[in-house]
Amino acid sequence: MTDQKKSPAEQEKVGVYICHCGSNIAGTINVEEVAQWAEKNPNVVVARNYEFMCSSTGQELIENDIKEKGLTRIVVASCSPHMHEKTFREATERGGLNPFLFEMANIREHGSWATNDKEAATSKAKALVNGAVERVVHHAPLEKIPVDINPNTLIVGGGIAGITAALELAEGGHHVYLVEREGTIGGRMAQIDKTFPTLDCSACILTPKMVDVGQNDNITLLTYSEVESVEGYIGNFNITVRKKARCVTEELCTSCGICEEKCPQKVIDENYGAGISYRKAIYRSFPQAVPGYPVLDKENCTYFQTGKCKVCEQVCPTEAIDYEQEDKVITFDVGNIILATGYDLFDARQIPQYGYGRLANVFSSLEFERMVNASGPTAGHIVLRDGVTEPESIAIVHCVGSRDQNHNEYCSKVCCMYSLKFAHLVHEHLPDAEVYNFYIDMRTPGKGYEEFYHRLLNEGTHFIRGRVAEITDADRHPGEEGKLIVQAENTLLGIQQRTPVDMVILSAGIEARHDAEDVSKLFKMGCDHDGFFNERHPKLAPVSTMTDGVFIAGACQGPKDIPDTVAQGGAAASQVAKLISQGTVLMEPVRASIREEECSGCRICNTLCPYNAIEFDEEKFVSRVITALCQGCGTCVAACPSGVIDGAHFTYTQVMAELKGVLWDVQSDVLTKQEVA
Amino acid sequence: MSDHFEPVIVGFLCNWCSYRAADLAGTARIKYAPNLRPIRVMCSGRVDPQFVLQALRSGADGVLIAGCHPGECHYVNGNIKALRRFTLLRKTLEQWGIEQERVQLLWASASEGTVLAAAVNRMTEDLRALGPLRWGEKVLGDNGAAHLVVEEV
Repeated sequence: MTDQKKSPAEQEKVGVYICHCGSNIAGTINVEEVAQWAEKNPNVVVARNYEFMCSSTGQELIENDIKEKGLTRIVVASCSPHMHEKTFREATERGGLNPFLFEMANIREHGSWATNDKEAATSKAKALVNGAVERVVHHAPLEKIPVDINPNTLIVGGGIAGITAALELAEGGHHVYLVEREGTIGGRMAQIDKTFPTLDCSACILTPKMVDVGQNDNITLLTYSEVESVEGYIGNFNITVRKKARCVTEELCTSCGICEEKCPQKVIDENYGAGISYRKAIYRSFPQAVPGYPVLDKENCTYFQTGKCKVCEQVCPTEAIDYEQEDKVITFDVGNIILATGYDLFDARQIPQYGYGRLANVFSSLEFERMVNASGPTAGHIVLRDGVTEPESIAIVHCVGSRDQNHNEYCSKVCCMYSLKFAHLVHEHLPDAEVYNFYIDMRTPGKGYEEFYHRLLNEGTHFIRGRVAEITDADRHPGEEGKLIVQAENTLLGIQQRTPVDMVILSAGIEARHDAEDVSKLFKMGCDHDGFFNERHPKLAPVSTMTDGVFIAGACQGPKDIPDTVAQGGAAASQVAKLISQGTVLMEPVRASIREEECSGCRICNTLCPYNAIEFDEEKFVSRVITALCQGCGTCVAACPSGVIDGAHFTYTQVMAELKGVLWDVQSDVLTKQEVA
Repeated sequence: MSDHFEPVIVGFLCNWCSYRAADLAGTARIKYAPNLRPIRVMCSGRVDPQFVLQALRSGADGVLIAGCHPGECHYVNGNIKALRRFTLLRKTLEQWGIEQERVQLLWASASEGTVLAAAVNRMTEDLRALGPLRWGEKVLGDNGAAHLVVEEV
């Protein structure tokens, strides 16, 4: 298990390259000193320092040295391997060596950028370089593992992000499974009346896309369905979806809507209707729903609750109602996955001083959005909770739940713009009403957004800069009687202000889905501390995740408006299309393998493997790794009591060598017999 | 070294969360104690207790094992396995007279550069207060001389 005394490692010829990274590294670390010091290691044939190792000249240094000096191992000390490991592996390969005979020492992120102490940084750099040199001599040549990419794609979430991605892929000739939890696709955009800043009708621009999805032969649309399990890895995911019983036979239903019309049971529509309108127990969220078949809500259906009714069955002209329908479990294989699961709206009840849920005429932004929508419960008329009175004054409160230490610290990005849109819509619907926008800062970055703000300034909206402290119905003088009083400090005038209004709209922020964490576990990727899905790189890989083959798009990654969401949907689709056209992808050969002749058959590793990648050979009484399933975590390697599992590229010998390497300056405490000899 | 003791800490950082947290700490130019010497492993579940023992035996004053938060492991639950091994290992070390602070386990996600930096600072302070480990004296006695004799016999 331990190294051989005269291991071939001692004969390896190592080239060490210390990068200046301009002054990023060389400003703190004495790169010349590190290089000169490194050259003293008996394995090191050449140690150079160069301004930018990632430049083509820098890479040529490596290639030429391999050819001219006969190097067999390469160490580059520069930035994080997450940045340039690929670059230097390729340079190593071009020089004629196996790309895995390379090791990187991270002396920038973990070194020069982490301290101002030049001496300490230089000494740390030496330790890291030495660790890499000691490790690399034990590296073995490895071959990347080719994996075929199944050309089918799973898209989860049928909002505008998922719709965009599905259409991009399907129109490119690739098959897509689009899974949506609700009875129809459309998502948040279908609930919205107008889009800022163009004031396009949201449904008018969305529904043609929904129809396209419904009609595209390359899209298998699974609505009222949820993903239950995800097995496998990039190129080869096996998906199980539960298609919930909607009690309507899709093949027979003509979407005529008679069942919905005749159903005697009214239910408050909490979801699509934001709780201010009714739907029936058998319903479509909205008339343009895709697919057009209704969903029977068993919890509220009179027949399911009392055993009597069956009106829908009697009126259905095609006998499509099927009370006995059961959930269907569907399995299929895909090569890639795009998650576009959207967002939840911040629940304004969490801020009790704003009175939402207690004061009748305090509305959430989504409630107002539905109310002002021509297809909403009031056909677009803006009225108080009584359903008839038109408000004479309206306050719009920005940043509800956003930019708030008590709730979400981040800015939800869309609220300023939609609040401005609300103000505009009020002016349009009720020209005589006064509108007060209470804002902290006006955030309008985007094409045409600032211009929209200026438009509102000219429309006579009152802008008051200050976070609202309280909304109350406790009047102090006759002028406030029967009104809602918005208490806020006007920070531009430096005064406390009480503004009596008839109606308040709370511009609630965007939050991660309440079940985002469960979803992230299902797809084996991560969430950030706000609960949004984590992208692979915040700047350069915004739609990729840490899990190969799983991509994210839209507000599930963080608050964003429709144009950004559409852009991400397209970006995720193009990432997938790239992989499909490649046909195969090369995977890191970091995999475990068991030396069968030494395996004791204890089976400890069998249950440890999170991927069930270790099988037991009953005949030979040994365990065996199924390479295709192994993900290379190394848990089994660490656990094997006999030490006979090798974790490629992270072997016991390699890690131990690196360990001793980084401790070169302190390693004198204890001597063992081997070390004496 | 005589008047001012700077501990050496070996950090086993998982590739997906904690190594990236250290990357982020650097990128964000968060300054923290330069005492950590990071070693990348794919998963905290790869950290063989022998690595930790070897680090202490080879002159490190402390070992930091850092992985993804429970539930966020890139490999489902490798970090939980690390936690189990860590608990047992720390108990063993305690029985050898090695202070708890010398081997620490940390959860730091890729976005938690500040968490990682703060943990390194804290651990450095802990170890400065404890002084050098001196594995030879503490565990073997006589700086390992007795141990050597036994081996030679």
